[in-house]
Amino acid sequence: MAHSETSPAVHGLLAEFATPGGLVHATEKARLEGYRHMDAYSPFPIEHLHEALGLRRSKVPLITLVGGILGGIGGYALEYWSQAIAYPLNIGGRPYHSWPHFIPVTFETTVLGAALSCFVGMWALNRLPQPYHPVFGAPVFDRASRDRFFLCIEATDPKFERYATARFLEGLHPVGVTEVAP
Amino acid sequence: MAVPQKPVEGQLLEGGVPAGRAAPAVIAPGHTFESVTDKISGIVLTKRTPIGWFIGFAVAFAFLMLLNLTIGHLLMTGIGIWGNNVPVGWAFDIINFVWWIGIGHAGTLISAILLLFRQQWRTSINRFAEAMTLFAVACAAMFPLLHTGRPWLAAYWLLPYPNTMGLWPQFRSPLIWDVFAVTTYFTVSLLFWFTGLVPDLATLRDRAQSRAAKVIFGVLSLGWRGSARHWQNYEVAYLLLAGISTPLVLSVHSVVSFDFAVSVLPGWHATIFPPYFVAGAIYSGFAMVMTLAVPLRKFYGLEDFITMRHIHNMTKVMLVTGMIVAYGYGQEAFFAWYSANPYEGYMMLNRMTGPYAPLYWSLIAINAGMIQLFWFRRVRDNVVLLFILSLFVNVGMWLERFIIIVTSLHRDFLPSSWDIYQPTRWDFAMFTGTIGLFLSLFFLFIRFLPAIAIFEMRTIVPEAKLQPEQRG
Repeated sequence: MAHSETSPAVHGLLAEFATPGGLVHATEKARLEGYRHMDAYSPFPIEHLHEALGLRRSKVPLITLVGGILGGIGGYALEYWSQAIAYPLNIGGRPYHSWPHFIPVTFETTVLGAALSCFVGMWALNRLPQPYHPVFGAPVFDRASRDRFFLCIEATDPKFERYATARFLEGLHPVGVTEVAP
Repeated sequence: MAVPQKPVEGQLLEGGVPAGRAAPAVIAPGHTFESVTDKISGIVLTKRTPIGWFIGFAVAFAFLMLLNLTIGHLLMTGIGIWGNNVPVGWAFDIINFVWWIGIGHAGTLISAILLLFRQQWRTSINRFAEAMTLFAVACAAMFPLLHTGRPWLAAYWLLPYPNTMGLWPQFRSPLIWDVFAVTTYFTVSLLFWFTGLVPDLATLRDRAQSRAAKVIFGVLSLGWRGSARHWQNYEVAYLLLAGISTPLVLSVHSVVSFDFAVSVLPGWHATIFPPYFVAGAIYSGFAMVMTLAVPLRKFYGLEDFITMRHIHNMTKVMLVTGMIVAYGYGQEAFFAWYSANPYEGYMMLNRMTGPYAPLYWSLIAINAGMIQLFWFRRVRDNVVLLFILSLFVNVGMWLERFIIIVTSLHRDFLPSSWDIYQPTRWDFAMFTGTIGLFLSLFFLFIRFLPAIAIFEMRTIVPEAKLQPEQRG
């Protein structure tokens, strides 16, 4: 609960909670209070937390769909071009464009395209890898990957006011409130 | 926290079971976020490696060196050091390939299909089952690659890339389908496994004491900080990868079975092959999960996390898939008779009474006979017995692939070309060598990475449930 008076700029205020329910409740209260630039941190995914933060739907499914479609088209095109145009071989009198034979590989490249784009898309949307983030500077934050739940109201929020916001967070019955250096 | 807990999802399935016979919980009572985190990360972060680990790793590593020796000899001499020759051109290389690929399937089934079906008991076994998948596929891929004899040339036989000879792989061949299925399977399994690991690597980063561990886990965890925005995309991506892996895993062993079913050989040319192979893959894979889980929970004291519930459910999955496999054996015999095709009929007669008959009857005794023991609760409660039976299942499924591959080839349409296949000691050296590779990788995995998904274990701890009065 140390309020540092020395550094003028802060990244935000970090409130620590002992239970997932406490975090969800505090996040809902902060949103009702009008705060928008905030993030919640937890050691496992919590239902309703993204609703409490007012997050929009994830774009990962769209990216995955596009990747899958491109993978499928690419796989089939590769087969058609290599078997019918670049290197046509007569195999048991079958037509060069013997499409039933091309289905298994088309399926596999569809899956591969979808999985790769899902993986890359998810990390890109999360802007990871990111080696450093201000919240890592808070000494209590080590427990965010173990057993503690955090709500950070960021200084960029128009409604952020160092002491008023700290008082508001104290009113939510946290374990503690810490300032996060930028 | 005084409000009575809602029953967890998995237990709803057990609704009709009387109280005394209710299924054991998926996690022992009394665990908290701290206790699951500390217990699992402690196995990795401890400074003292158990002496048993060194002994086990040494044995596995010795067999890995045998594999290196065999591969060296193989590349210097040629695949003539193996026993396969005309007419049995496929033998240990394809038997072991199919066996290893099949073992991998249980990992994906547990991590993907059981996730989609919201089976909570998957949570404590999915991580090491996925690792098992990766290591098994790596062992499997080695066999067809080395069977080419000149793996350094295999690039243009197998992969479509613009080469100076203007050659392209033949996409009408199931062997090329196999290349795409297996490489896709390995890649997707790796992405899924790594995605699941990242939050746990962040936990290890935050809890590590030594500088080296902090840096290594810090780099691997990509700067994960558990933000709700990240979790939202993460959960969607994790479910999507599971959804993508589900048809993939069914396709992989179907494509493997096409290697046989698309040919016109008696005993191979059968429409039942894809489902029969997929069921056999899951059956043998669960046997391998059991083989690994029983010593793991014993030596690392993980009985609280890998409970009797997991042991029971794995046994039941083995029973169901084993029965499907046994039905497949029945269908093979039935169609050999019902088709009235003399070659099909002779193939079956040869399997049952020919030179390889003892192997055929051994596999029937294991895969159709022995598994009936799994019906009994007393058997399902006996962990040591289950460990032994799971080893037998691994042997039984290996024999199944031996019988399918060798008996169809060694006596085909023309009696003048009949011959007897015998493996050489190099065949056995290569096979046991891949077991050494598999176990070496597994020993390294349980020492250096969390063998149980920590963040998923936190979600099944009772205090993870949101209480009604805490919701605003």
